[in-house]
Amino acid sequence: MAYTFQFGVVADNFPALLQGAAETVELSAAAMAGGLAVGVLGALARNVGPRPAAIAVRAYVEIIRNTPFLVQLFIVYFSLPAIGLRLSANGAAVLGMALYAGAYITEILRGGIGAVPRGEVEAARALGLTKLQVFGLVVLPQALRIAYPALSSQFILLMLASSVVSTISAEELTAVTNTLQSTTFRAFEFYFAATALYLLMALGFRAVLDGIRRLAFGRAVT
Amino acid sequence: MNRGFGWTEFWFILSALRWTIALSAVAFAGGGVLGLAIAILRTAPVRPLRWLARGFIELFQGTPVLMQLFLAYYGLAVVTGVDISPWPAVASALTLYAGAFLGEIWRGSIEAVPLGQWEAARGLSLGYWRTLGLVVLPQAWRISIPATVGFLVQLIKSTAVASLIGFVEVTRAGQLISNVTFQPLTVYPVVAALYFLLCWPLSRASREMERRIGVRLGERGF
Repeated sequence: MAYTFQFGVVADNFPALLQGAAETVELSAAAMAGGLAVGVLGALARNVGPRPAAIAVRAYVEIIRNTPFLVQLFIVYFSLPAIGLRLSANGAAVLGMALYAGAYITEILRGGIGAVPRGEVEAARALGLTKLQVFGLVVLPQALRIAYPALSSQFILLMLASSVVSTISAEELTAVTNTLQSTTFRAFEFYFAATALYLLMALGFRAVLDGIRRLAFGRAVT
Repeated sequence: MNRGFGWTEFWFILSALRWTIALSAVAFAGGGVLGLAIAILRTAPVRPLRWLARGFIELFQGTPVLMQLFLAYYGLAVVTGVDISPWPAVASALTLYAGAFLGEIWRGSIEAVPLGQWEAARGLSLGYWRTLGLVVLPQAWRISIPATVGFLVQLIKSTAVASLIGFVEVTRAGQLISNVTFQPLTVYPVVAALYFLLCWPLSRASREMERRIGVRLGERGF
């Protein structure tokens, strides 16, 4: 092996990598927010919506969870323009990620809602709250709290999955890394550095999200 | 030249499904062996071994599978000066990835076996390995099946990233056909449907087994 590692070129381009990492975080945060909205709507439709809506949500969850994210992304970015819905690469990335995360979040919230004691619902109904009020004011807040650890893991998984959006030329860490390695011919060094950055982000976010959990909910919730 | 999407094109995509299946099978088998070793190390009575296994799991669960693949394919090719063909690169990357996830799942299963089983086996003067192999693993095995099948779905979906280094599995075949027929609106949903047909029965089986095991555990009063 006559290869000499040169991490100097990585250090020279480090600001660009950090910029890419920031874009990864932005994309993931935007998609997570969208995914949470989708998930809450999905949970709403499943619990208090009409039957067809509940069935549609189930179909959505099953389809997303049983097909690869990459193929979903191709559908959003390459197939939708054929029916007149053309999105920028980053727009398609956020939409694809939000739809992907939304299915998992719907399932997570379903679990959380299932864990809210039945008595809570009955008590709220007995107090004269409407079904929607019971869902929004009583069940959902508790379900979110119960689901918080699973939701934090989902955010980290989403961030790691976002690496794939580089294929539709969205701007983020993997895309930046691809460009840098192809112009410098230092594939190993750059992918190594990017992998390390992803790992740091994953560990960092987990620590931060765990910290938030402790502050907000105390140590009792695991 | 424009080419339509007909049976020939469909057949091309369908026949690429065998590579998706072959890749999933190889990674699952390799990952299974690795994962078992990781799970045993992770629950070993020797602390440094536990740390080692934990580090491996954190590393592979905390980084995108795409980065692992790029490091294995582009990175190692540059470092060793030998062009690796896509098949061994993607097979080894996905094996390591599967090993980390299965290791973590099986660790949970081993830990779910009541401690009294270890103590009782010790009391009957079985050694560590015989306790593990004859008492604990057979019980852990049963507990682990639903989550293992669930991970198999995740693994099958993960093989889609192999398309990004030019390995012609079902996603790559879809891309190729989409590029010659200019019909992404048809092609990508077909690709998604093929994954769905592969994954959905497994997902359902996993859920069904989970339910059944849950019921049985309840009946026995654990």
